[in-house]
Amino acid sequence: MALELELISPIDVAKDFALSVQEYALLSAQSLGNFFRRPLYMGDMLQQADLIGVGSLPIVVLTGLSVGALLALNSASTLQRFGGITLIGQLVSLGMVTELGPLITGLMVAGRNASGMASEIGSMIVTEQIDAMRALGTDPSKKLVTPRVGATVFMLFFLTIIADLLGLCGGWAVAHLLFGLDSNQYWTSAWQILVFRDVFSGLIKPVLFGFIIATIGCYYGMSTRGGTQGVGRSTTQAVVASSVLILVVDFFVTKLIFALLGVR
Amino acid sequence: MPAPTFPIEQTAPVTGDRAACAIEFENVSIAFDEKVVLDSVCFRLPHGETKALFGVAGAGKSILLKMALGLLRPDSGRIFVLGEEVTSMSEQALFELRRRVGIVFQESALFDSLKVRENVAFRLMEEHIPDEEIERRVREALRFVELERTYDMLPSELSGGMRRRVAIARAIITQPEVLLYDSPTGGLDPVTSNTIIELIVKQRDVYKTSALLVTHRLQDAFTMATHQFDKNTNQMVVLPKGQHSEVPMSFLILRDNKVIFDGDAHQLVTSRDEYIREYIS
Repeated sequence: MALELELISPIDVAKDFALSVQEYALLSAQSLGNFFRRPLYMGDMLQQADLIGVGSLPIVVLTGLSVGALLALNSASTLQRFGGITLIGQLVSLGMVTELGPLITGLMVAGRNASGMASEIGSMIVTEQIDAMRALGTDPSKKLVTPRVGATVFMLFFLTIIADLLGLCGGWAVAHLLFGLDSNQYWTSAWQILVFRDVFSGLIKPVLFGFIIATIGCYYGMSTRGGTQGVGRSTTQAVVASSVLILVVDFFVTKLIFALLGVR
Repeated sequence: MPAPTFPIEQTAPVTGDRAACAIEFENVSIAFDEKVVLDSVCFRLPHGETKALFGVAGAGKSILLKMALGLLRPDSGRIFVLGEEVTSMSEQALFELRRRVGIVFQESALFDSLKVRENVAFRLMEEHIPDEEIERRVREALRFVELERTYDMLPSELSGGMRRRVAIARAIITQPEVLLYDSPTGGLDPVTSNTIIELIVKQRDVYKTSALLVTHRLQDAFTMATHQFDKNTNQMVVLPKGQHSEVPMSFLILRDNKVIFDGDAHQLVTSRDEYIREYIS
């Protein structure tokens, strides 16, 4: 049997990409606009907050602790060589609060929830449940997308704070138990190094990442085509796209904060 | 090569008072990836009438129903539902209109994470109707489809036929002005199919709602045309010979993207069109 390869025009690919970006932008704008339009599905938002926030707590706790401990462990030997072991608190604190806390939490929640949203909404698309919802007079973007966006943004903010705190705890455990650093010294240096710019940077990122996770998950769910195979494809694409977008946005947000508030 | 054209046999021309129609299609065309699915389709569903829509698989029957609800937009032509032009309405305005129309999807499309009670009550819950009122109406709708015992069950616990009946209960709970059935007996065994048709006849004769029924089973539509619901025995009974049901019943046949027949049962059986004769034989 001869294998037939279909050649796709680059113009068609570019058009499809532009269309996807346009649809994503529309869905994102609509999800925000719905916060100012009735009905607001508070019950669904709370349910999602429980699923996303409470459900993600174990992995955030584990990764937060591990990343903080690893950060301390990897940097401790180098710092010790130069007699700077006392700086370990500063290093863990800065690393966790400005960068690793938001990033690791965002990536973890993206892996868990962007995929969940894409597969749940995608399954509803292929089984005509979304059509049924529209036919019953309910706007799926209000009922499904907006509660997920609100819940993810809200919960990721607090999950990041928890991850930051646990990262510091992990760092303290390594610094104190393995390298004998005084607890008071660790916590004082960790606290004192932080300035407004660091905390602002660390707390603005989860808001953006939460928005990316929910809108990407819902967008891929809503654009699912092609049965169960399509649901699988959407799920994978949602995780990949949201993770990549989080990393790209992280870079530009950091750069923007440096530009606006100055480099340390 | 252009598609062959067929004479359209109609009981009445597609003109006249729009308010007298539950649904009206005016030169509606739609294509997907340059494949024409419906081409200049015209028909009217007068208030109180039930119209059965036939066509082979892929003829565009389900697409037609989705367009009537505004779930899909045609490439050209106009669609009127309950006097309002669906084709020019915003999605937001369509949500309001859809509250007056009920639909039963081909595969039921029940919300699989909600219980039967919540599925049937979905529209009422969205309208924030008090819980006691919701319970009463859900039980009433489930009693109508003889599935009151499934009140607390999940759709996954139901058989295919039961899911269709729950979908009917969900569609009729708000007593819509128009009902759309998308192959309600598709994929079901003859006994279950008959139960579903009996329910549709019961709905038609009790509430006299205008309905558009998509099917590929001619026998279902003929059963509907030749039977009526007897409230005393709570059963579907055969109409005496020569007597018609109180609710008018008509037939519409799609072929090669076009409407080739629009008329009543008598006109259908006396049609001289070869394709129609072959179809009904």
